[in-house]
Amino acid sequence: MIELADITKTYRMGEVDITVLSDVSLKVRQGELIAIMGPSGSGKSTLMNIIGCLDRPTSGVYRFEQREISTLSDDELASVRNVKIGFVFQTFNLLPRFSALKNVEVPLIYSGVPARVRRERAIPLLEQVGLSERMHHKPTELSGGQQQRVAIARALVNHPPLLLADEPTGNLDSRSGEEILKILTGLNNQGVTIIIVTHDPGVAARCKRNIHLKDGQIVGDQVTA
Amino acid sequence: MNFLETFRVSFEAILSNKVRSGLTMLGVIIGVMAVILLVSIGEGARVYITKELTGLGTNLLIIQPGKTSTSGGFHPPSAGTVRKLTYDDAQALKRRAWLLTDAVPLVFGTGRIKFGNLGRDTMIIGTTPEFQRVRNLYVDTGSFISQGDVDSKAKIVVLGTKVKEELFGDQNALGKVVMLSDARYRVVGVMRKKGTSLGMDIDDVVYVPVTSGQELFDTDSLFEIIASTPRAEDTDRAIAQIKDILMKRHAHKEDFTLQTQGAMLDTMNTILGVLTAVLGGIAGISLLVGGIGIMNIMLVSVRERTREIGIRKALGARNKDIMAQFMIEAMTLSGAGGIIGILIGVGLALIIPVFIDVLPTSVSAWSILMAFTFSAAVGVFFGVYPARKAALQDPIQALRYE
Repeated sequence: MIELADITKTYRMGEVDITVLSDVSLKVRQGELIAIMGPSGSGKSTLMNIIGCLDRPTSGVYRFEQREISTLSDDELASVRNVKIGFVFQTFNLLPRFSALKNVEVPLIYSGVPARVRRERAIPLLEQVGLSERMHHKPTELSGGQQQRVAIARALVNHPPLLLADEPTGNLDSRSGEEILKILTGLNNQGVTIIIVTHDPGVAARCKRNIHLKDGQIVGDQVTA
Repeated sequence: MNFLETFRVSFEAILSNKVRSGLTMLGVIIGVMAVILLVSIGEGARVYITKELTGLGTNLLIIQPGKTSTSGGFHPPSAGTVRKLTYDDAQALKRRAWLLTDAVPLVFGTGRIKFGNLGRDTMIIGTTPEFQRVRNLYVDTGSFISQGDVDSKAKIVVLGTKVKEELFGDQNALGKVVMLSDARYRVVGVMRKKGTSLGMDIDDVVYVPVTSGQELFDTDSLFEIIASTPRAEDTDRAIAQIKDILMKRHAHKEDFTLQTQGAMLDTMNTILGVLTAVLGGIAGISLLVGGIGIMNIMLVSVRERTREIGIRKALGARNKDIMAQFMIEAMTLSGAGGIIGILIGVGLALIIPVFIDVLPTSVSAWSILMAFTFSAAVGVFFGVYPARKAALQDPIQALRYE
């Protein structure tokens, strides 16, 4: 489903070029559950941003469902993010002024889905993550675990084939973290491809494949289950 | 993303920050209000002056001795005129210019009028009976100057109400003898009260026969002849006729100046039009300042919502979606401010003349339209920069923004 070939990313910091990723090649098949691990500064986030079409590689080829991504325009990338990729962030990143339901609807707004249909699609997803009673609450009125469940519902609302989670349990207590992991593994069982960036070996242990990054290169890639 | 949705998002953003949005709008409200109010005052002055000028008789032609090359404008009667305009000229016009209803000779100046031990400096106008009709000023008690008085240089005087009150109070003035610049004049009438027009007190005047007036001012010339035509369309032909008759009498020289009331009105309108434009321009500057206020707040708002912009972009918002969101926000602020400003401006323009009667106002549709268009344009102009800044945010940086 995803194919990265010789992806290199360099940033220019004043006079020096800093290489964050060098010659990373990676293939992800439909239905995988992958943990990307590595110390800070290893390039995890950059790799995630490139896979998530938020950033473009300096060189190399990135194919998403056989389509070359690296050359797309900003608007085309936006559309890929909207339809093909769901994001779950460490800090939840919900819109603070909107209710849970409205937050879940946001990706559909940018797909041009009419308001009535948006509701019809958002409500069952909130039910699926166990928040049917709190859907009219604002993020500040929800616990961290509940906020992250709203974020997952939002990531899924356009039925994307790929879900990217950046430290999804990083800001949660262990019980809420466990609930989130259960939801994610459950989704994977339904066929959604999931890539999780994490520090937590416990989270990595729940994934089917672990990729280790160090200094911008893949230093380990083993299938655990 | 459709327009309605974008509008809803923008509107929610405005409502979520009521105080700030209100203050931002206030800048535009004051600007639009000032434009409408000041333009209304300028327009009001124009309408007022037009009304006052035409209230002193319509379709008037004013003939003054001496030639000035310009058409229109005010030309005070000047001394040292090449050739005088005489009572006989006025009589000739009256007899032969058939397009004119009247040709009234005038001399005027100031002089002292005394009755008993009371005295008053006042304006003295020497004229003929037709003056009443031409200038729309009529006698109230007694009688006005008659043709007989003019022919016989009668020492009679008609008083304006103010002069009558000052000298006689409630007493009857008719038949009394007053001293007018050391000559004895008998009061034969008192004018109807008229009030002030264009800063001149029309009631603070006395009228004498034109021939007596010439004697009083020691001149055989007239200061002007006021002619009137029954219809505005005849003005041009009447001018030709006047020129023809007068030039024959003046050795074929055009040594007099003809002013039409229309030309005077035009001049006044031009002056007041410039005044209105200047007032509107000054008010426009405050609208501009209001626009800068919008830009300022929008820049703050974009910065504050950097993270929101990042989230929206990650979820699939295109640059133009973000741009539209902030543009509509800016335009809603300026548009709503514009409408409120119009309502307050028009309201004040209608209320002010009720309390301050020297300040007439006239609300014109074009000033409302201009103020609104301008305020909407301000929203677009000052909204573009912040909205562009928002749209071009890098999603990764924006998501990291704390």
